[in-house]
Amino acid sequence: MRPIDLLTQILEVIAALAAAPLFLGWVNQCRAWLQNRRPPSLWLPYLGIRKLFHKDAVIAANASALFRLAPYVVFGAMVVAAAIIPSMGTGLPFTTAADAIALVGLLATARVFQSLAAMDVGTAFGTLGARREMMVGFLAEPALLTIIFVASLISATTALPEITENLATQHLGLYPSLAFTAVAFTMVLLAENARIPIDNPATHLELTMIHEAMLLEYSARHLALMEWAAALKLFNYACIGFALFIPWGVSTGAGGPAALALSIPLLAVKLALAGVALALIETVSAKVRVFRAPEFLATAFLLAMLGLLVHLLLGA
Amino acid sequence: MTPLTHSALPICLALLSLWVVIGLAGLLRPQSLAFVARTLFPLGALCGLALALLAGLTLGAPAERATLAIGLPDLPMHLRRDALASVFLLLLGGASAGISVFAAGYFRRGAGTSPGLLCLQYHGFLAAMGLVLLADDAYSFMIAWETMALASYFLVATQHTLPEIRRAGFLYLLLAHVGAIAILLSFGVLQGGSWQFTFDAMRHAHLAPHWALVAFALAVFGFGAKAGLVPLHVWLPEAHPAAPSPVSALMSGVMLKTAVYGMLRVTFDLIGHPTWWWGLVPLALGLLSAVYGAVFAAAQTDMKRLLAYSSIENVGIIFAGLGLAIVFGSVAMPAIAALALIALLYHSLNHAFMKSLLFLGTGAVLHSTGERNLGRLGGLIHRMPWVAWLSLVGTLAMAGLPPLNGFVSDWLLLQAFLFTPQVPHTFINMLLPLGAALVALTTALAAYVMVKFFGVIFLGQPREGALAQAHDAGILERIGLAYLALGCFVLGLLPTYVVGALKLVAGQLLGAAPARLEGPWWRLVPLPGRHASYSAPILFAAIIAVVLLTALAVRLLYHQRRRRAAPWDCGFGSLNARMQDTAEGFGQPIRHIFGAFFAMQRELPSPFDRAPRYRVSVGDRIWQGIYVPVGALVQRAADTVAWLQQGRIANYLLYSFVTLVVLLALVL
Repeated sequence: MRPIDLLTQILEVIAALAAAPLFLGWVNQCRAWLQNRRPPSLWLPYLGIRKLFHKDAVIAANASALFRLAPYVVFGAMVVAAAIIPSMGTGLPFTTAADAIALVGLLATARVFQSLAAMDVGTAFGTLGARREMMVGFLAEPALLTIIFVASLISATTALPEITENLATQHLGLYPSLAFTAVAFTMVLLAENARIPIDNPATHLELTMIHEAMLLEYSARHLALMEWAAALKLFNYACIGFALFIPWGVSTGAGGPAALALSIPLLAVKLALAGVALALIETVSAKVRVFRAPEFLATAFLLAMLGLLVHLLLGA
Repeated sequence: MTPLTHSALPICLALLSLWVVIGLAGLLRPQSLAFVARTLFPLGALCGLALALLAGLTLGAPAERATLAIGLPDLPMHLRRDALASVFLLLLGGASAGISVFAAGYFRRGAGTSPGLLCLQYHGFLAAMGLVLLADDAYSFMIAWETMALASYFLVATQHTLPEIRRAGFLYLLLAHVGAIAILLSFGVLQGGSWQFTFDAMRHAHLAPHWALVAFALAVFGFGAKAGLVPLHVWLPEAHPAAPSPVSALMSGVMLKTAVYGMLRVTFDLIGHPTWWWGLVPLALGLLSAVYGAVFAAAQTDMKRLLAYSSIENVGIIFAGLGLAIVFGSVAMPAIAALALIALLYHSLNHAFMKSLLFLGTGAVLHSTGERNLGRLGGLIHRMPWVAWLSLVGTLAMAGLPPLNGFVSDWLLLQAFLFTPQVPHTFINMLLPLGAALVALTTALAAYVMVKFFGVIFLGQPREGALAQAHDAGILERIGLAYLALGCFVLGLLPTYVVGALKLVAGQLLGAAPARLEGPWWRLVPLPGRHASYSAPILFAAIIAVVLLTALAVRLLYHQRRRRAAPWDCGFGSLNARMQDTAEGFGQPIRHIFGAFFAMQRELPSPFDRAPRYRVSVGDRIWQGIYVPVGALVQRAADTVAWLQQGRIANYLLYSFVTLVVLLALVL
């Protein structure tokens, strides 16, 4: 383990923590521009989180210790997940402990704890949100695993940095299987991060909420942690997408400090472009009915399986 | 260690006999609950623990044999303890120790069997399962198998005064015997003309390929019926809720695994070298059972039926691993076949602990509230914290979340699937990786089911007023639950040791010497090369460290003030417990998406109904499509034959006379 690898690891986690609300703010700004509105400040999510930390926590009378524990576990799972994804470099020492399948498992842990916490208070909206979140999750998770499986078959490993390194150093060519899985991944990203067309992140109508319904009972520092974890989740998903489909620019195993220093602005550029693309998708799509969400996710699952079949048939 | 490895089999037999003795001791004072519960069951638990330790320590030792001159004059019992038997003995002893301690605190005087008789049936069940694992010839195997089926039937029918319990027990016994007939026929084919029914003779018999296929098919049918493989699963969702909870835990956690043991023994030991395409049958049936079980579990409203269908799902995953192992073993990929075998054995071990923990949790809930219906539970985490938090461990483990044990076996199975495109059969190597997608779907569905299970029972508000009187489990029950939860943690956090031990079993079964496990004790590298690695202790430590650091940072930088208030009610003002999501509601997305699996009957109210009624009943299509017609056919055949019973003595004397004349004509 070289010192540069340890530095890359620590830098990635800090960058994820620091830049995730900024990414969210950027996406909101792009959406505002596309909708011909005056955009809010780019730093608004930071101000929101800071404001929430200062408040007193108002907890429902019948909430148990699980309710108070869940935000910390969700946040912890997202931070550990950020340590596994090679956003800046591939020589990450922590990834020998957890590979891509463990990454999906960590995301599932966060989802399960969020759903359990939503069911804890026992209101109609919380339990409804938990049910819908698990419905989205149980269709999105196999799609994500199949996408990772395709990438693993191409690279003969399930360790995400090695997949990235392999895909970055392959000769430039058309990989139809990756094309299918890229579309599937975008659909999974939209569903899992509660974006339009699955869920409106800015909605106030409880009956239409999926992700927001699980945050209804939270306040103050718990809500701050959950919001930060949600921003981290979007950041992590974007970085997984880059690692699988746009792996160039990441500092590979032999790279030194120069390569690491170069990868940071490249990551910023990738994130900026991804934010614009996400805002564009959100603006031109309409939110589908909750009953149609399984169809959307089943399409993602089928596309991922098609990508798998194409890889097995064509070898590409 | 040397004297232990040579005398492990006698000590195992001594422990099994001790179980029988404990069972018989229950008959001394059959009505005394204190004697049975406080003395005999804990003694049985200690026996189980000793068995598990012994089996674990002697796992790698060479096989031992013994011959007991019990039984008919020319048919002694042959016994053999090898690595495969040892790992299942470890499972039996380890899981039953926790279950027995729980049962010591669980059994109350109630309708049905007396405590002493229950003790006999329970320990007889344990001893019979142990004997199944040690049997080395078809005769002792079938005797032990039948004893196991009968003992478990009596245990299932403990509350035999209730008609639905009797019906469930009858269905269970029926399917157990249908399976036993198939296993018996399979042994009959396996002896291959030598008419020697010892397993040694079967190992050395050379069967023609089509006869080996017949034996394999009969074994899949027979052991699949016992394991609960679709379409022979219909007894599971009836028998498990009918039985008392410790018995359900034993059946689900341990008895289903004896069927897996039987399948492994017949396929890899007795048949020896299965043809590659045979593996597709357990793989397909396993994947079908996995999805079927998970989908049905999500639609259940009875907590024990939910867990029963979840067992079907996990047995499906185990059989899928078995299919993979057969395929890989037959196409000269022994390392990957070993990986698939290790994955399925690990999953068996995990499931024994996880499912037992959950079933015992439901037992405590049932005792405390008297309710099995999910629609009448809720909010029990406040009244029963021990049961709730320990069941949370089981829930998270069943959902396959890292760093607990459910994740490790799923991870190993997916790693094995990664190699399926290298199978050299052109069309199959494209279909097999799709199985990985189905396994992923099953894992995700399992998480859904487990969130429903834990959330509806323990979280939220109590749906009935009587739940306010619920009390937590007693000390013995807590010890049992904590032991099983600790087992889940150990299996999850120390996978290198478990995989190292299971490699010995895989090596013995596949006939290849296993490679040593690479890497330090805290990192699992199942296959050498840069394929993948997983370190449960580091991942666990990382999550705990981040959680603690965050909590510390928040406390230091900000404050910890909190206030209690009413839940958010959207301005509605009168939210009550009935407005929470119900078990039916939680299963609605699954019923909607997977509607084709169910035979649903719906009564939907119209807007003009004076007394609107909403009713959905979810049935099994396989029951309607296969079992009801077959049952009707058997009934018609029986009615036709019953025409012979005219009820007049003259007719019966005529039958005897005609039979005598025919026989004389044949003999003379």
